[in-house]
Amino acid sequence: MNEVLQAAVDAASVGGIYALMALGIGLIFGIVRLVNFAHGEFVMVGGYAVLLLAGAPTVAVVAATLIVVIVLALGVERVAFRPLRGAAMPTLLVGSFAVSYFIQHVVMMSYGGNTVGVDFLPRLSKSIEFGGVSAPALQLVAIAITVLLLAGLAFCLKATRFGIEMRAAAEDLRMARLMGVPTNLIIALAFAISGVLAGVVAIVYVAQIGVLTPRMGVQPALIGFVATVVGGMGSLLGAVVGGFLIGTITVLLQVVLPLELRDFRDAFLFGSLFLILLVRPQGLIVVRSARERV
Amino acid sequence: MSDVRSGSAWLGRLWTPAVLIAVLVVIVVLASTGPGSLQRTVTEALIKLIVVVGLYLFIGNTGVISFGHTAFMAIGAYMSAWLTMTPALKRIRFTDLPDVVATAQLPVLVAAPISATAAALVALIIGFPLMRLSGISASIGTFAMLAVIIAVYGNWGGLTGGKSSLIGVPVETDLWVALMWAGVAIVIAWVFQRSKTGLLLRGSREDLVAARASGIDVHRLRLVAFVVSAFVVGLGGHAQAHFLGILTVDAFYLDITFVTIGMLVIGGMNSLSGAVVGVVVVSTLLDVLRRAESGFSVGAIEIPSLPGLSQVVLAVAMLLILVLRPAGLMGDREVSLPRRR
Repeated sequence: MNEVLQAAVDAASVGGIYALMALGIGLIFGIVRLVNFAHGEFVMVGGYAVLLLAGAPTVAVVAATLIVVIVLALGVERVAFRPLRGAAMPTLLVGSFAVSYFIQHVVMMSYGGNTVGVDFLPRLSKSIEFGGVSAPALQLVAIAITVLLLAGLAFCLKATRFGIEMRAAAEDLRMARLMGVPTNLIIALAFAISGVLAGVVAIVYVAQIGVLTPRMGVQPALIGFVATVVGGMGSLLGAVVGGFLIGTITVLLQVVLPLELRDFRDAFLFGSLFLILLVRPQGLIVVRSARERV
Repeated sequence: MSDVRSGSAWLGRLWTPAVLIAVLVVIVVLASTGPGSLQRTVTEALIKLIVVVGLYLFIGNTGVISFGHTAFMAIGAYMSAWLTMTPALKRIRFTDLPDVVATAQLPVLVAAPISATAAALVALIIGFPLMRLSGISASIGTFAMLAVIIAVYGNWGGLTGGKSSLIGVPVETDLWVALMWAGVAIVIAWVFQRSKTGLLLRGSREDLVAARASGIDVHRLRLVAFVVSAFVVGLGGHAQAHFLGILTVDAFYLDITFVTIGMLVIGGMNSLSGAVVGVVVVSTLLDVLRRAESGFSVGAIEIPSLPGLSQVVLAVAMLLILVLRPAGLMGDREVSLPRRR
């Protein structure tokens, strides 16, 4: 029983981070139909921001990191993605891939390609015991943050004016514009929110793994992409579900796989996701607006 | 199409591969008189050309971006290494190889089609679920495929030597061998794009809904393109393995993916000529940048070394092309001789 509970806590914390990644990617895809490869680099730059600010009070580090990532997200939108808006799908894909690669190598030019260690919030790696389950405090913090962010975002999207406009833009960008939705503002806002999500992931991720490389964003971004595909492209709920699903499968594989196969965990993970897609090529949650219009 | 003209029209269309290959022959002949470093640079560019043409064969015909084709390069390269290295060396390094392969030692030329076929087979198996996805999901899927294959090859020490590099692959790819395979790749890509499958795919690329409504099985055709392109990219991997004689798994990951996609995009991803032009232009650009990276001096001004500069410039060049000229330098056209009336 305890093992099941332990696994559930692991799955919730890992899945939560993946869900936040998928949500940041899914939000942008929903509105501008852009698969944002640079989302991983938002996380990476957030990580380096933590490194630069290490030593300052925690609140300051968190606030400054979020601001850095938000500014980066807005800058990328303005400089690279706005000129590409409305372009064909392959152009958008390759464009965001180029942006991602650009950011990686600018960081590489300034910091070198090697791993850098960063010790952020060491207090939170202590374990907390409850009901026979022990989990690092950080894991619980991650779960709490995920829940808060998801609830906050859901509230904003459902109840505020900007949220409603954002959903309208995701449904049909041109129609929303004709109805008086300020699309440039809404798209910028979406990028700012995805920046917040990436910044939060960066802070939690850096506190968890404690090392930085210019390539550190690639793996979480890939997981985020696959989560949006499995969840159903264009569905925010799907992105969250996909993220938690991947987190759960990851933790299950970690428990079930024999030691000599652990190295191949990702192969098993993506293999099982392929099987899901074999049955449901459109993903778990299908939204009408994701279908191609004639 | 009518009798007499169809024959000459078909012949007329052969100009494109002929011109492209002729240009490559001229480049190679010129390079062969140059210093060794130039020869190596051109050989390297020709190997990239094989890969980019293979990548084009998929992307250009289907309109689906693939971020995963360098995985087929890795498969072709390692397969070729397993087939051609000496059994003694293989016994020490690759304890997990099946006996048939471990004891065999094939000539490099014989290993080429086998290696490429291995890549094509893997493409068939993975492509079956992958090509059923919508275009954009399939693109993400190819990226996941690349990450998985790199992870498996990187961790399976008994097959690949794992993270350490694999030494002792016979070195046989020189300028002329690379030129031969580049020519083969161009011919395969041309025949494919003029074939019924290629034409149907190009139709579906322009208008997916109309293609479906006309009864075209887009998923199956995309799978065919995926498999054929994997074969060509696998050939490129084979050529790469026998060029350096050293293999590392990471050499088939993000950097080569980015460079090959950049070449295709800059040249123009919808035409074979674009693929070739992209390789020539970007290879030249990268060579200049590589010299700049190590630091140089202009008159009295000392420019410090800037590792990573070439990647940054390539990324910016790609973005500029995408914004200003999304169809690439060739703009969807193929090279040909001027039409006589």
